[in-house]
Amino acid sequence: MKKKKARPTRRSVQLVDLAHARSGDKGDTANIGLIALKPEYYPHLVREVTARKVARHFRGMISGAVERYEIPNLHALNFLLHGALDGGGTVSLKTDAQGKVLSTALLRMVITVPR
Amino acid sequence: MATDRPIRVAAGQGFWGDWLEAPFRQVMGGPIDYLMLDYLAEVTMSILQKQRARDPTLGYATDFVRTMERLLGPVVERGVKVVANAGGVNPRACARAVGEAAERLGLAGRTRVAVVLGDDLLDRLDGLLARGHAFTNLDTGRPLREIRDRVVSANAYLGAAPVAEALRGGANIVITGRVTDTGLVLGPLMHAFGWPADAWDLLAAGTIAGHTIECGAQCSGGNCLVGWERMPDLANVGYPIVEAFPDGTFEVTKHPGTGGRINVAGVTEQLVYEMGDPTEYITPDCIADFTTIKLRQMSKDRVRFSGIRGRPATDKLKVSIGYSYGFKAVGTLVYAWPNAYDKARAADRVLRTRLRDLGLEFEAILTEYVGVDATHGPLAVAATAVHDVPEVQLRVAVRSPERGPVERFTREIAPLILNGPPTVTGFAGGRPKPEEIVAYWPALIDRSVVQPTVERIAP
Repeated sequence: MKKKKARPTRRSVQLVDLAHARSGDKGDTANIGLIALKPEYYPHLVREVTARKVARHFRGMISGAVERYEIPNLHALNFLLHGALDGGGTVSLKTDAQGKVLSTALLRMVITVPR
Repeated sequence: MATDRPIRVAAGQGFWGDWLEAPFRQVMGGPIDYLMLDYLAEVTMSILQKQRARDPTLGYATDFVRTMERLLGPVVERGVKVVANAGGVNPRACARAVGEAAERLGLAGRTRVAVVLGDDLLDRLDGLLARGHAFTNLDTGRPLREIRDRVVSANAYLGAAPVAEALRGGANIVITGRVTDTGLVLGPLMHAFGWPADAWDLLAAGTIAGHTIECGAQCSGGNCLVGWERMPDLANVGYPIVEAFPDGTFEVTKHPGTGGRINVAGVTEQLVYEMGDPTEYITPDCIADFTTIKLRQMSKDRVRFSGIRGRPATDKLKVSIGYSYGFKAVGTLVYAWPNAYDKARAADRVLRTRLRDLGLEFEAILTEYVGVDATHGPLAVAATAVHDVPEVQLRVAVRSPERGPVERFTREIAPLILNGPPTVTGFAGGRPKPEEIVAYWPALIDRSVVQPTVERIAP
């Protein structure tokens, strides 16, 4: 990339173009590990993909809070989505009862990055 | 006797139901020291407990015995030791079945089976409750006595120490009950390198090695999102192998000539799987800190782990309790274009009206439209041209404490084929079946209450 004077404008990017992800479950809580596709994307994820924004993204799909942890050495963020699995495990009626592909729903999120 | 050479622990089974060929390929594909096989999930324990209640010679992962019938010759020949939590709620019966297989194969003289016991708390539950152990639900804060009469299984998670002890005693087949998945990898490393039970950094390293390979091919190319389109030869996927060094560094690799891929990105996907707080991954053996892991691609299909730090284990063990919760059933029908989604929604309205008119009460009714919203919910509906999709599967699920309403629900799906909205198919599987729900109750117990023991089983 050519180094030019930074413009104040930002552009929108869908997370699927910046990150990959895997999710799993612990009871009624789903976790989503969001991993930067390139190390230089990681600061954008840290800045933009906040617990608050993730909670808003999943509004209507989860009943509890969202927690976020940073794992800089892996260029990854870990999100815990509480109340995401309709009771979880064997109780849940959902197709994705164990949140195995909830990670891909996060990858739909659109964030802004420097142009 | 502790060794200085690298030790190779191969994962051959990520869950009960994983690829039957994998353990065989791990043993035949190149040199390994240990084969680790993970069979147990939370729900598995309660299924096994019911099997044992019906037949005292059952209650373990029967697949393991068939796998050993095929593998015993090669592992004995090559000096590979097998560590498996296939014992479920009846490790002794599992060990006896493996022993009988060894007799049949003429290998009894070269087979030394040991079992790890002490995790099963079902028969001790009332005594422990009476002594003040409340088994408070970690998620809800409720005391166990509220559902005591519905408990079907109760197992403490044991760690690596009894596995190491069994190996130290000379066993070449170690069969455990509810030992953690990670303990099945750490145990062999503790034994081989003579790692003490308070070498927290080393134990954390072995724990993270275990976490990396415990799901089998999920760290070597299977279910890997990054670069999946160019994933080499998944039909021939190589399951992962940890090559560990006495100083706690290790490399994850796979046998040459196998498919899949081991790179930093793929391994990272497995590292974050089922993760909570990355700075405290709590096991019976230690607390591992995932934020200390340094990963480096050493060569093709070989990733090095270093820098791992750990902290002392807690004085509690996790207990997994299974209890009867109720019943559920899932009914599905497929609606075709045009307006497949609208038809499926109309069918759902008809179905719900009939369930209501019948006076059926459910704890929950969930409708999903597979092809539109089943995995991404409203996020997908907004982004998809829902009125043009070629088909939609209507999937309605119900849950109730009683069997009756669930049973009646299963009779209300098929009629919709002729008396509901049009262009419907996909009912060849027949009427849905009510399924008993065994729910999971996570709790903690004082470590001092649980005494793991190791026992040699003939032959």
